[in-house]
Order: sequence, then structure tokens, then C-alpha cells
Amino acid sequence: MTTLRIPTPLRSYTGGKSEVIVAGAKISEALADLTTQYPAIKPHLFNESGDLRPFVNLFIGESNIKDLQGVDTPITEGDKVMLIPSIAGGSEY
Amino acid sequence: MIEELSHEQILRYSRHLLMPEVGLQGQIKLKNSSALVIGTGGLGSPVALYLAAAGIGRIGLVDYDVVDSSNLQRQVIHGTSTVGKLKVESGRDRLQDLNPDIQIDIFNEPYTSENALRIAKDYDIIIDGTDNFPTRYLTNDVAVFLGKPNVYASIYRFDGQVSVFYAKEGPCYRCLFPEPPPPGLVPSCAEGGVLGVLPGTVGTLQATEAIKVLLGIGSPLIGKLLLYNALDMSFDFVKLKKNPKCRVCGPDADIKELIDYEAFCGVPGHHADDTSAGADWDITPQDMKTRLERDPGLILLDVREPHELEISAIEGAKNIPLGEVAQRMSELDSAKEMIVFCKRGSRSARAIEILSSAGFKKMKNLKGGINAWAEEVDRRLPLY
Repeated sequence: MTTLRIPTPLRSYTGGKSEVIVAGAKISEALADLTTQYPAIKPHLFNESGDLRPFVNLFIGESNIKDLQGVDTPITEGDKVMLIPSIAGGSEY
Repeated sequence: MIEELSHEQILRYSRHLLMPEVGLQGQIKLKNSSALVIGTGGLGSPVALYLAAAGIGRIGLVDYDVVDSSNLQRQVIHGTSTVGKLKVESGRDRLQDLNPDIQIDIFNEPYTSENALRIAKDYDIIIDGTDNFPTRYLTNDVAVFLGKPNVYASIYRFDGQVSVFYAKEGPCYRCLFPEPPPPGLVPSCAEGGVLGVLPGTVGTLQATEAIKVLLGIGSPLIGKLLLYNALDMSFDFVKLKKNPKCRVCGPDADIKELIDYEAFCGVPGHHADDTSAGADWDITPQDMKTRLERDPGLILLDVREPHELEISAIEGAKNIPLGEVAQRMSELDSAKEMIVFCKRGSRSARAIEILSSAGFKKMKNLKGGINAWAEEVDRRLPLY
């Protein structure tokens, strides 16, 4: 089991939860579990062809999975996985 | 080159001069340095105030807006007495009061591909205090092309991000975010709200990084991203690497000059109307009033968040927040006439897009949202 940190902009799709416990031995499996638990978040993470959207960044500890093995990056018990959103807000749009 | 400090300046900056990391030489360095602050809003306010107080010799302010009373919850460089004034003039006056020794350049214009290189080229460092994706990508690319550090921060509700994107020594913004989210996926602060003190916390971190970079001290956030959450009071750091495929700073970069950033992001960057679903869909508050008088059974769909109903509401409206429209559209009858509204018309425009792609046709978008309704029809309702 891994704890996945959900950033504020995506919490409306996880019932307001800031952390979701997910199962899986690698990132792709953890994300599959996340989207099974919270289907509404899926279009925000994956494009129509099922690939992770380019502006979605996932970090295991301090490292971007893009610098590791992408969605095939293995995760182990106790890893902290963070979703990092692209946010633009400053003052007012 | 200004070589020394006057007696008044030595007294003014004495708390800096006492620290060996700054000292007299450091303070002279700050006096001879310059910073361009893009945006004088939530982030730009604390950044500009602290850079001015620190004695950065020349500060440029870029903004094209005027001060509004709804800004003052967080944009502390402005004040009640400057509501209605140009933000760059309001900001300049406040900074000059704080520190008359420094030079303030003002640019009362949107920061665009046409003027950005000209404006930014004469500054040592660029501070990204913008509030939209097109201007963020523009700010990044300008910094990369000019070889200048870009002190980045971004905020949303309770979350903040800070980094120093300096392509000469580390990754740029595009290395992390090669492209922006599609329009509509991330709500703006105008819709999602922002804790007023959040840009204060995050902007002062930005100012700290700018001063460190200008002085060449400490470890700036180059190759690191700080993630702050005010509710959890958590600070997390992640490592950022240069993306070898980066289109502006990578070895095979194919973007060599500024592009059309609004087209790239698919959204308007400056004061464009995102509150219309298209003229065919729009209905004015007056027309909605007439329609309601004629047909009291007309369905009103309010796509704001439930807590916004406590601020103002239209009686009899059904509430389905925008984020739930796709899942809950079965609660709506597509055969009946419906008027969709939100705070100012942009979320309802998006709701109409969602519903129309599901086959709904008999819909109208309340132009200007409940705020326009409050201004033009029901003055008992507050504006927010």
C-alpha cells in the first residue's frame, strides 16, 4: 500500500481527500487503483489514448518518475508518491 | 556603477550590513542590481515590497490592470485609497514611499510576445508573479532566451509552488511542464478562490530567492521545487532535472523565438472574454428576467460550489457544481428550457459545452453570471 498525495486542484475528484491509499507494485498499477476508486479523476490524469498527460507530474520521494522509469517505476511499501499539478493562479484571471 | 552607500543608506540597511553574507559589498551589489516583477497582484505585492525594502536599485513593475477592492484581501502593495488607480502607479507610489532611494520603472501594458524581450532585457532577474498560463510560458521563454534567472511562484487556494528556473544552471519551467493543461481543467483563483495570506507567504519566499540569487549566497531553488500547503503547513521539496527533450532549453530545442502563447495554451491571457459560451447561447440578465416572468417554470441551473450559495443565490435554482455536471446530467430534463449561471459566466459556459456535447440544446448562459444579475436586476444581492 502506498500513500498518494493529491493536490488541492484535484481534490474535488477524490471526495476532498488530500491523500489516497493505493495498491500496486508500480506507478501504473497505483494510478489504476486510484482511478478505480475515483473514476472522476481519470480524465485529469490520462488523455484519450490512455497516456499520462504531459502536464501531470508524479514524484516518488524527491524524484520525478520521468527521470526514473516513468509509469513502470516500482514503488515499495511506505513510499510517498506526490501528484504535482500545473497551477497558474496568482491574483485574478 | 554606484560604488558606495551614503550615510543615510548605511543606516537604512544596517541590519543587512551586520550580516557577513550581505555586508557592505552585498548591499552595494543589491543597489546596483535590477529586478523585473511581472504582475503587481497577490505575488507581486510582497515581492516588490521586500525587494524595494532590501534596496534593489531598480525595480520594474508590469501590469495593465486597475486596483479593485476585491484585490485588497491579498494585494497588500495597494490600498483603499488607490482603488481605481493603475496598479503600476499605485505600486510605484507605495514602493517609493517605502524606499525613495531606488528607481521604479513602470510598464502599464500587458506582457506579450511583442514587448516582453524589450521590457525584460535590461533587468538582472525576472520574477514571475503572473496569474495565467500564457504569461507563465512567455515569462519562462523570455528568461531562457535572455539567459536570466526566472524566480517562479504559483498559487491556488491553499497550495503554493516556488522554484528558480535558470536554464544556464538547471531546468526551466517547460522542463517540468512541457505543455499547459487544456483550458477549463484548472480553475483560476477568480473562481476557485485563494487564501489571502497565501501569496504573502509564497511571494516572500520568491523575494528571498531573488535576493539570494542577486547576492550569490546560499542555495537557491535551482533544480528544486518547493511545494507549500497552508492547511497542512507542509513544505515539501522535489528535485527537478533538465529535460533533454525540452523545446526551449534542451539540446535539440526547436522553439527559438517567442510564440503565440495564447494559442499555445488555448486560452486568452489578457482580459479576454471567457464568460461567453458563444453569442447564440448568451442571455442578458434583463432578458432572463423577462423570460422568467413569462415562464415561471423555466429551469435555472446554478453550477457554482454549494458554499457560494450562502453569498448570493437565485431562488428556485437547482445547484449542480460544474465538477459534477457530467455525472449528474441525468437529473436534468433536456426537453425543457434551461438557463445556466455561475458567478460571472465562465463556469456556466463550460457547463453548457459539457451539456451540449451530451445533446442538450434548450439552454442559455447567463451573461456575466449572478454578479451581473445582482447589478442589473436584483440589487439586494451582493457582488463578490
